Amino acid sequence: MRERWPVLLFALAMAAIPFTPGVPPFWIVLLDNIGLSALVAMGLVLLTGVGGLTSFGQAAFCGFGAYTTAVLTTAYGVSPWLALPASLIVSGVAAVLLGLVTVRLSGHYLPLGTIAWGLGLFYLFSKLEFLGRNDGISQIPPLSIGSFRMIAPGTIYFAIWIAVLISALLTMNLLDSRTGRAIRALRRGHIAAEAFGVHTPRTKLLVFIYAAVLAGLSGWLYAHFERAVNPTPFGVQASIEYLFIAVVGGAGYVWGGVLGAAIVVILKEVLQGYLPMLLHGEGQLETIVFGILLVLLLQLAPTGAWPWLLSWWPLKPPRKPIDTELALPPRTRTAGAPNVLLEVDKARKQFGGVIAVNDVSFDVQAREIVALIGPNGAGKSTTFNLITGVLRTSGGALSVLGRKLHHATPQEIVQLGISRTFQHVKLVPDMTVLENVAIGAHQRGHSGALASMFRFDRADEAKLLAEAAHQIERVGLSDQIDQLAGSLSLGQQRIVEIARALCVDPMLLLLDEPAAGLRHLEKQRLAALLRQLRDSGMSVLLVEHDMGFVMDLADRVVVLDFGTKIAEGTPAAIKTNPDVIKAYLGAVA
Amino acid sequence: MNSTILLFLVQDGITNGAIYALLGLALVLVFAVTRVILIPQGEFVTYGALTYASLASGQMPGTAKLAVAMGVAAFATDLFAARRALHGRKIARAFAVNIVLPCIVLAATIWAARHHAPIVLDIALSLIIVALIGLFLYRLAFQPIAHTSVLVLLIASVGCHLAMQGLGLLFFGAEGQRGPALVDTALTAGPLRFTGQSLAVYGITVAFIVGLWLFFGLTLYGKALRATAVNRLGARLVGIRTSLSGQIAFLLASVIGALSGILIVPITTLYYDTGFLVGLKGFIVAIIGGLVSYPLTAIAALMVGIVEAFSSFYASNFKEVIVFMLLIPVLLLRSLAAPAAVEEEKD
Repeated sequence: MRERWPVLLFALAMAAIPFTPGVPPFWIVLLDNIGLSALVAMGLVLLTGVGGLTSFGQAAFCGFGAYTTAVLTTAYGVSPWLALPASLIVSGVAAVLLGLVTVRLSGHYLPLGTIAWGLGLFYLFSKLEFLGRNDGISQIPPLSIGSFRMIAPGTIYFAIWIAVLISALLTMNLLDSRTGRAIRALRRGHIAAEAFGVHTPRTKLLVFIYAAVLAGLSGWLYAHFERAVNPTPFGVQASIEYLFIAVVGGAGYVWGGVLGAAIVVILKEVLQGYLPMLLHGEGQLETIVFGILLVLLLQLAPTGAWPWLLSWWPLKPPRKPIDTELALPPRTRTAGAPNVLLEVDKARKQFGGVIAVNDVSFDVQAREIVALIGPNGAGKSTTFNLITGVLRTSGGALSVLGRKLHHATPQEIVQLGISRTFQHVKLVPDMTVLENVAIGAHQRGHSGALASMFRFDRADEAKLLAEAAHQIERVGLSDQIDQLAGSLSLGQQRIVEIARALCVDPMLLLLDEPAAGLRHLEKQRLAALLRQLRDSGMSVLLVEHDMGFVMDLADRVVVLDFGTKIAEGTPAAIKTNPDVIKAYLGAVA
Repeated sequence: MNSTILLFLVQDGITNGAIYALLGLALVLVFAVTRVILIPQGEFVTYGALTYASLASGQMPGTAKLAVAMGVAAFATDLFAARRALHGRKIARAFAVNIVLPCIVLAATIWAARHHAPIVLDIALSLIIVALIGLFLYRLAFQPIAHTSVLVLLIASVGCHLAMQGLGLLFFGAEGQRGPALVDTALTAGPLRFTGQSLAVYGITVAFIVGLWLFFGLTLYGKALRATAVNRLGARLVGIRTSLSGQIAFLLASVIGALSGILIVPITTLYYDTGFLVGLKGFIVAIIGGLVSYPLTAIAALMVGIVEAFSSFYASNFKEVIVFMLLIPVLLLRSLAAPAAVEEEKD
């Protein structure tokens, strides 16, 4: 827990506030409200800022939490503490149901979808008889321990901020783990993450539930803080306010949620308190000023306040050293496996009337570098996508180690030991090289979200990071290991992708234009690396346009043109093949 | 249920649906061109409606002053943005659009409020005022952050909504208003009675949809907008000023919003905050339409309008629940039919 000492300091400072003489009780109420908002915003940080899933429905989950405890404690006399798990479960279950429908939506449908059910649920809360309709439920009992009843704002303060601190720690732990990397990869599209065994729909649902449970917790606390609930704080307006708390604070940062909550709650309070005095105005002056300030703030700092503050903080916490002694167990390889690793038999892909891949057949043997070449639009990348399960074949068969695949998913393909890089680099630019490469080892780890949150994953995690560091060293990028992937040159990013693919411990490596953007010396180094990989038993299938590179390196070359295989053979034979020359240079007049 | 009620509900649904269709179209348009989810669309509706209603009852609407204030701010922003390359003509043009035009409109509004101008003039003034507000809103709030993520744009959009709703209360008060009908005649066909107003709603909606279709299909500006919607960078590379596209999109959206407001304010009482809910129903329609397809949006609008009419008859308590929950099965269908591997390249 060494790296968590700032949190401890913060906790101590927060604990001291109520005991500090001269602190007005009104501040404590404000801090209670900040804590309640921060909990919801923290969930949104994970969901929206990190995972890229915008939700307009978070307040509805607060509503589930609040109404559950309100009904249980008032109508059935259940103790608030027993109602807590019920509140969390109800919000979680609601998140599963709504999440199953909504998180599969891509792009902008998701936020709009959440608006819809956010509104729907709000009206449901305000119309249902047993929830008290618009009046809600009052006379909710306070939290109490023995005879100590947390009625004063200064006492429930502790319950609220302990919840905030624990949630923040758990969230930080979760983000700094195998599951956390999968969550952070979500925002950059699903293809790269899935190619390394991440089940993206499941991961999305996970963050959705996590955020909802945090909101439910906030709702439970709110119900016992206000001791009454009504539908107003659970509507879309409130949801939107939580969203901008997260955005103002810094949507990608756990503490951004807390900071944002502080900024927004205090700003609103100040505006409501002072504006009428200053301007003697009628109407909602504070809303007007608040809205305008919000727009101005976003124009000044579009990424939020927390990263802006961080950039002023001189001490950057060092990364924990990686124990390079650790190693992941190598993938089990069946002894006496057939020599043919991959067999593509009359693979076919049609997009409407266009035949992108037309009955292409070839194979890749053990310890072999096969190059797939062809003019632009020949169907090379499509072939890659067919092999790796990104696209479904329209016909033909693919077999790995003699076993036929039936529309295998990318996750199943990578389990078989086939890993890939992408023609258009698909790294997470705001993650370090180490973290990006560690995604490659995703399916070789086993710790889940709960283990990560409570730090039971450290042994597993250390091995994953050691493997990643080892592969980074292998490709010669050790000096860049802590840099953000987005800050590297395109050529280096391609090399990072290769390191990530190597983390799978593959038997077959699929490289899509690995040499594009590389300088001459870098190409030579890459060729040497690929030869070395082959000599250590790996096979490589690569798509490449640099003929010098291909002809020097490949054992065998397959040539595609307009989706059809036109030649196959050794580099020497391909160079003189008249069909290939014709495809590249046009017919001889 | 007898057939008269049925027909009546369908008719009511179609009238509401036509309005939602207009709003849905505007939302789709703005989103496609600028990536802004236009929450203040609802305020355009209320501003248009209440400006019209105020003018018709001889009151001076505060929106005209707002347009002037925003114009001054926009002019200052223009000057500041172009401070390194100030040309006389550029300044003159900015001055004409941002200062002179709103001032003329303000003067005309003051005159119209005093002299009980004809309805047509009231409508025209309301449309122009809201159009100017829409234009300046893009210039002030969104143009400086046009390159940021959808989320940041969305939050800015919420900020605008809050500010404009607050201003709406300031301008029009908490009391609801109704405006005079555009057409007073009515038409009877069998058991059905068509009021002139609802016929006007149908006619104007259809005219607008056809107009938009022609605008996007035939004019250079329309094509520039479509190009911006497909690919901002590409559009810029071929010389389209994407900020201009954004301004046009906002201009169109605000006109559509104001027009919808003017069309419904004779039918229902509008309050300063009614627009939000009406705008949200436009959203539902836009989502069902998938935020891309105009015809689908129009069909979805009719569907939502009819469902709303029927649910307000049978279960008026749960009217909003039903309308908003209507989206869930649609989303479910969409997610089941989601294409297998479409990688969204995000910025």
